[in-house]
Amino acid sequence: MKADAVKNVQLADRSPSGIKIIWQEIKKDRLALGSFYFLLIFLASVYIASFMIDQKAIARVDIFSIYLMPSDAHLLGTDYAGRDILGQLIFGTSNSFTISLCITILTALMGLCAGLIAGYFGGIVDNVIMRVIDFIMSLPSTMMIIVFVTVVPKFTVTNFIFIMSIFLWTGKARLIRSKTLAERELEYVQASQTLGTPHWKIILYHILPNISSVIIVNFTLNLAGNIGLETALTFLGFGLPESTPSLGTLISYARNPDVLENKWWIWLPAAAIILVLMLSINFIGHALKRSADARQRRG
Amino acid sequence: MWKFILRRFLVMIPQLFLLSVIVFALAKQMPGDALTGVSMDPRISPERLYELREKAGLNDPWYEQYRRWISGIAQGDFGKSYTHKIPVSEVIAERIWNTVFLALITLILTYLLAIPMGIASGRFNDTWIDKVVTGYNYLGFATPIFIFALIMLFVFGFSLGWFPTGGSVDSKVDAGTFAYYLSKLHHVILPALSTALIATVGTVQYLRNEIIDNKYKDYARTARSKGIPETQIYTRHIFRNSLLPIAAFLGYEITGLVGGTVIIETIFSYPGVGQLFVSSIGLRDFSVVTAIVMMLGFATLLGTLLSDIILSVVDPRIRIE
Repeated sequence: MKADAVKNVQLADRSPSGIKIIWQEIKKDRLALGSFYFLLIFLASVYIASFMIDQKAIARVDIFSIYLMPSDAHLLGTDYAGRDILGQLIFGTSNSFTISLCITILTALMGLCAGLIAGYFGGIVDNVIMRVIDFIMSLPSTMMIIVFVTVVPKFTVTNFIFIMSIFLWTGKARLIRSKTLAERELEYVQASQTLGTPHWKIILYHILPNISSVIIVNFTLNLAGNIGLETALTFLGFGLPESTPSLGTLISYARNPDVLENKWWIWLPAAAIILVLMLSINFIGHALKRSADARQRRG
Repeated sequence: MWKFILRRFLVMIPQLFLLSVIVFALAKQMPGDALTGVSMDPRISPERLYELREKAGLNDPWYEQYRRWISGIAQGDFGKSYTHKIPVSEVIAERIWNTVFLALITLILTYLLAIPMGIASGRFNDTWIDKVVTGYNYLGFATPIFIFALIMLFVFGFSLGWFPTGGSVDSKVDAGTFAYYLSKLHHVILPALSTALIATVGTVQYLRNEIIDNKYKDYARTARSKGIPETQIYTRHIFRNSLLPIAAFLGYEITGLVGGTVIIETIFSYPGVGQLFVSSIGLRDFSVVTAIVMMLGFATLLGTLLSDIILSVVDPRIRIE
């Protein structure tokens, strides 16, 4: 009886796990919950559809069906080479999302390594890393990415991901460094150091879990930003190579004033998808942001 | 104070040097040089070509070439444009004022939008007006600028026909007249407004938070207890204190605009430096590309410098000792 009571108290005292808090916060925010389900269903159907449709059939040029209005045969019409817009839209969405996700993961890893090391060790290491970050941040990144893309001898999707990542990891590294810096001064880290725990263990098992909420929030918001950046670069003609259609490719047709003015079915759906994707990811991101900060929590 | 500015200035020198080395290395990577056209000519023998290259200094070691290139730039000599057949500095000079004008109008519009919105949503936070502004911020934060600009161009340029859809000035008006400047303004409004409506979001959010932070501080309470009207407390006391950090971000704002010009000018076919950059890459006119990257890189460095200096004037706590 007594033992049971003690057990119960302990259970009640236990704070909910991180994922539980996040899920509760998303559930409290109807917009975020809706966005979450929408994204899940939308992306799943896009990926499944992209496996089922033959990419070659979509890429085939058909000069007899150029610039067709939306109809039963082509639900969203065709482009200047008679290619089906809906099919390109499906491939574009899956490509754009996959590549933005890759860039986000890569920049997160780079930012984590640099930020944790600079923040934890401080001193000269910190100084060197921070000067490099300051310098990269002071470059006009859009232009630099464009120049790199044109200069690279063999331009592939992998190269594109690397080029983007070189210029996009710095903000994240800075954020993680400042968080690590604050965390390092706390007593639990010093206690662990006194016990002789190796540095890498302290960084990975003590500090990293404590700043994980910030990283998750930043990751989500960056994912949305990277979708915008990738499509913008492709729109300008410096993004994904032609063999890998992106949502930006469809919008880039609108650089032709005739298409922009009279053939809305070519570019408007792609623009709408980018907007909806970025909005819903952002809504989730803001809900996560609140769950990371106990003062702002609703639940 | 002066010590900080000087120190900050000294930090910029190695940054500038690194920037120039990177740009130079990239330029060397770009296919073709000043004699590519000549080497295609079958009448010129390889020996003669070697001689020409020797004479142009293209066989020198890279550091020698770099020294020549950088001293040329220091004197404003960026080489000759391959497509325009005139010095690069002249090609850029034709466009630079368009870009500066666009950036200036964009900045003015950004703050004209941000200040009333920020004050209103900060002062009346958690009322309907704050909810509207915050909702707008959510949307603006998530909207990529190129899509918004395209839609603006589609709606106001093509469908409604209120604004011109390209160029920087009407070709029919004479330079220097009042109609000329009016036409310039007419051409710049749509691209500037499209950028400003999105770019203002960050400033609004910041101003709102600053005002909410400040409104219950002791000095505001003192002013209130002295019987100063509420509006006056906001305009005279709270707004002034909240504006300082905003002013400090001016430099970063400029840095952001520099990156945005490439996209905005391409969409609106606005003949500025950003559009020149994109078209020069398309034409493989790399001397122009190099010059623009170098110039805008410098502008970005200056923007950050400006922000750091204003920030240190406004907030003495962040000065480096």
